[in-house]
Amino acid sequence: MMKPMKRVKQLNCLGIESTAHTFGASIVIDNGEICSDVREIYIPHKGRGIHPSEAAQHHNNKAQSVILKALQSAGKNVNDIDIIAFSCGPGLGPCLRVGATVARALATYLNKPLVPINHALAHIEIGILTTNVEDPLVVLVSGGHTAISAFGGKRWRIYGETEDITLGNLFDMFARATELATPGGPEVEKMAAKGCKLIDLPYTVKGNDVAYSGLLSAALREYKKGTPLEDLCFSLQEIAFSMMVEATERSLAHTEKKELLLTGGVAANKKFQLMLESISRQQNADFHVVDVKYTGDSGVQIAWNGILAFQKGITVKIDDSIVKPRWRLDQVDISWRS
Amino acid sequence: MKITLYKRGAEADLYLDEWYDRKVIIKIRVPKSYRHPKLDLKLRTSRTIREAEILHEAKKASVPTPTIYFVDEKEAKLVIEYIEGIRIKEHFEKLNHVELNRICKDIGIKIGLLHKSGLIHGDLTTSNMILTREQKIFLIDFGLSFHSQDNEDRGTDIHLMKRALDSTHYESAKGCMKSIINGYAKIMKRGLMRKILDRVKEIEDRGRYSGERHT
Repeated sequence: MMKPMKRVKQLNCLGIESTAHTFGASIVIDNGEICSDVREIYIPHKGRGIHPSEAAQHHNNKAQSVILKALQSAGKNVNDIDIIAFSCGPGLGPCLRVGATVARALATYLNKPLVPINHALAHIEIGILTTNVEDPLVVLVSGGHTAISAFGGKRWRIYGETEDITLGNLFDMFARATELATPGGPEVEKMAAKGCKLIDLPYTVKGNDVAYSGLLSAALREYKKGTPLEDLCFSLQEIAFSMMVEATERSLAHTEKKELLLTGGVAANKKFQLMLESISRQQNADFHVVDVKYTGDSGVQIAWNGILAFQKGITVKIDDSIVKPRWRLDQVDISWRS
Repeated sequence: MKITLYKRGAEADLYLDEWYDRKVIIKIRVPKSYRHPKLDLKLRTSRTIREAEILHEAKKASVPTPTIYFVDEKEAKLVIEYIEGIRIKEHFEKLNHVELNRICKDIGIKIGLLHKSGLIHGDLTTSNMILTREQKIFLIDFGLSFHSQDNEDRGTDIHLMKRALDSTHYESAKGCMKSIINGYAKIMKRGLMRKILDRVKEIEDRGRYSGERHT
């Protein structure tokens, strides 16, 4: 890995993640070594979604122990930390503010540089670190994102994305309404394995964009009519994934990229992986999935991005370190890629 | 003439062939093994029929499109006129400012003509436009097209065009979009166009994390 200057000492970055249900902390070294990964996950009441202020309260209660554990399990002392990175957005305001407050306090107390990280970018960079891809088309799918992106001219450009809810939202909202456990993705996946009948549900692809809210409403209507949940989960997955895979194949053909990288929470779904692998073969691209340990939100991806950004001189003054709940991926200037 | 694979697209394989002495493209929507056979068949046949219909209707709306010679619904196969020219995507970066503006304005006119006739292309990208030696722009790939007079659908069409420019041709995207809208305005009535452009913004705002997109 290229370093901007000769350095005797390695750089240790503490990354703090708190965009949604996860409060995470991790220490990563500038050679890409991941020293620790500690997470605490807020679980909403059954049948409910994330309550932002409750989640923030959870993060508040866990912050100290999570960060201490991240230091301990890395075998580091707080004085070994050179950089403090935090997820600055996009995400839920109250949750983001917990991570930002902790990060600011530590940076002030330790007198260390503070680095603001875009959460979507963090998912992409950890995918690149763990798969060694060079110039991929990225499929980023999670509770907060459903987007197809590739790098060009200093930014990650969006080729396609959801026009309403994300894949993660779709599964979570469906699971809540049908009294499956949350997060919904793994539950829908388990249930779908027992189903086999394809129910007719709306399939909405617009160019490289997708839209899932119509699919969700129709699936819930079928549920109320008494359609077996197994078949409904099977169909929901089949159709939701097919839409995204089609949009991805169209983007691959358009961009002519030779690598496809799948990252984000929904990347853990085996069925989705197989489908994307199939179109990668068709379009002569190599298929890669982020290391399964890092599909979900974690401090690791924030810490690693902290290193990348800091090496290019990106830091933020405490006074300017406000969170950006709606900070789009394609608004971040990237100076470490060309 | 031997049939050769001309291009493997996302949706279909394209073969170059001759059809009663005419140079043609055979477009076959091949089955996709990743999706359920029932869904696969439904998508392939409905899009084949849709494409054939709307390619023809677009022509009636004065939008240059390849002529359809043959439709095989069962095989999801179309035999269409081969258009000699270059894909605008590949040509884009080589154009000077004046040429680019002229072409974009013309693209805007074509979109306007489609919309005025109640047609939505559904996949407007520079990959789906061919520029001939006579500087005529042909629109192709009507697989996602449909009939609609709804401003939501028209707005989505414009949004997709804008997205394609922002991602693929980011250096010239802003100016190009302006020229496209200028062309569009030549066809669409001012009040209606305003409503459609307002809808484009609404569509963008509805998407994920759009808060800082307009800053």
